[in-house]
Amino acid sequence: MTGSRKGWDDRLFDIVNYLFLTVVLLATLYPFLNVLAISLNESTDTVRGGITIFPREFTFANYQAIFEYDNLVTGFMNSTLRTVIGTVLGVFSSAMVAFTLSRGDFQGRKMFSTVLVLTLYFSGGLIPGYMLMRDLHLVDSFWVYVLPGMVNAFNIIIVRSFMDGLPFALQESAKMDGANDFAIFWRIILPLCTPVLATIALFIAVGQWNSWFDTYLYNSSNPDLTTLQFELMKILQNTTVGSTDANAFRSTQGQESTAAAVSPESIKMAISMVTIIPILIVYPFLQRFFVQGMTLGAVKS
Amino acid sequence: METVEKKAYSKAGRSAKRRRPFWQTMKQQKYLYAMSVPFVLWVLVFNYLPLWGWTMAFQDFKPARSFWEQEWVGLEHFITLFQDERFYLVLRNTLAMSIMGLLIGFVVPIIFAIFLNEVRVQSFKRTVQTVSYLPHFVSWVVVAGIVTKMLSVDGGVVNELLMTTGLISEPVQFMTKGEWFWVIVTLSDLWKEMGWNSIIFLAAMAGIDPQLYEAAKVDGASRLRQIWHITLPGIRPTILVVLILSIGHLITIGFEKQFLLGNPTVVDYAEVLDLYALNYGIGLGRFSYGTAIGIFNSLVSIILLFLANGIFKRFANQSVM
Repeated sequence: MTGSRKGWDDRLFDIVNYLFLTVVLLATLYPFLNVLAISLNESTDTVRGGITIFPREFTFANYQAIFEYDNLVTGFMNSTLRTVIGTVLGVFSSAMVAFTLSRGDFQGRKMFSTVLVLTLYFSGGLIPGYMLMRDLHLVDSFWVYVLPGMVNAFNIIIVRSFMDGLPFALQESAKMDGANDFAIFWRIILPLCTPVLATIALFIAVGQWNSWFDTYLYNSSNPDLTTLQFELMKILQNTTVGSTDANAFRSTQGQESTAAAVSPESIKMAISMVTIIPILIVYPFLQRFFVQGMTLGAVKS
Repeated sequence: METVEKKAYSKAGRSAKRRRPFWQTMKQQKYLYAMSVPFVLWVLVFNYLPLWGWTMAFQDFKPARSFWEQEWVGLEHFITLFQDERFYLVLRNTLAMSIMGLLIGFVVPIIFAIFLNEVRVQSFKRTVQTVSYLPHFVSWVVVAGIVTKMLSVDGGVVNELLMTTGLISEPVQFMTKGEWFWVIVTLSDLWKEMGWNSIIFLAAMAGIDPQLYEAAKVDGASRLRQIWHITLPGIRPTILVVLILSIGHLITIGFEKQFLLGNPTVVDYAEVLDLYALNYGIGLGRFSYGTAIGIFNSLVSIILLFLANGIFKRFANQSVM
């Protein structure tokens, strides 16, 4: 019985398998490379079509053009700000609540857990939510981006299941030395939770960076509060029906090809890249954490 | 023994004895309370208080009036809703896209995970995993842009591929064809979430005892037989839990994809319950009507969740609640 001896069906299976996974790999990567190539290609040349994964006439002009666009710069600032503030608040509050819920001796544990977990199963809905934000004076305000979602049950469950795995003896010895519960949390538990906190930080940060609907719903009339995704959404919505708009665009290009330097197509692709790049930068570092975090969270919930 | 205990916990004694430790412990745990109560209150405000807004569905809600001045209309908004033809069209779209999403978006990640699990070249496996998780982190706004680009008639890769293989003779305007919309939404979702949704199944597969595979190999079982008799039964509990949760979320499919991929030409296929609520409730200022749609949505999800849970409890001894 040698492990290397394979039947024909096993060999066929391997061929089909590698073929299938290679197709998945290409189908996932190609669109990103295509967007990247177009964003780096000279705009009028792009309209000729035929760009695949390499730019034909390399240029940074599209990127320059988007940073001359005031709304986009504001949007970039706001998106960054909400990502940083939202992540700090979210991680801190999740960690703190998770710590109290991981304490078997805590009296409020059962009731508070129930209150939190139930939020996973229902929501008040769009309009009552909107009314609440209005009543709390969060409409037309930056804080609507970070406050409503700050305490998130899913993140708390993930952190808590990690904390449940830490030995309780650590806390007991600190207690002997006279440390209070907050000190135990801050000095002993928090540093040990770095992997799981990195996981939820990634979840929260990506959620913050990618959201556009809250801007659309609450702050669309105030350009000072715009976000990158919302600006991109507006540009995309104006040219959703690709063909007709591209054709219309092509005809205007013909008439005044010197005036319009950069086409909406190229702008779209360049902004898309600007929103993807920050994620690409942090992603490789955090991958092992989030896989672990996802698995823990999924098993628990 | 019993009587002694009963005596010790006589009525007055019981309440006194229990209450004092409670308050004492509370005092002892003041830091724990301070660290949790503010956030629990936070959740009560942002997650539970909106439920109070459900009362709007039974009123002729006018934002300028206080709660006590609102006019109560009973089930009038629900009756209007059920008499609106548009509602049934929207319900059809919602159900169609959720069922397609459930079938494809649930089955394909399992198949993908099984295939990945069979890869022996670790570097290839890791590369595929890393790449396949990536689209999950990209916003729907960008994905919608990418999908529109890939499906466009001038230079979209899908049309080009179909043209070169000779399957079509001229480019198809996918984004303006209503009958394609459900397929586009389902496949975009699959593209975005397939890798991510496979994580949990891969984790479950990693937990299967390797000795089972060894034994099967000794018995001369082929790879497909091993998958059928070891891998699939091994991840069965995970599959069921994920299925129940997906069924619970069947009708709350969200509206981001439909909002971003839709356009006026396909609106009859793209409008889902949430968008319908958004258009009426906030777009037209009919807050009460919009809330009624939201309540209908929530009730159906809860019923589906309990149904799925009940069915699986009975037939598979599996439950999530």
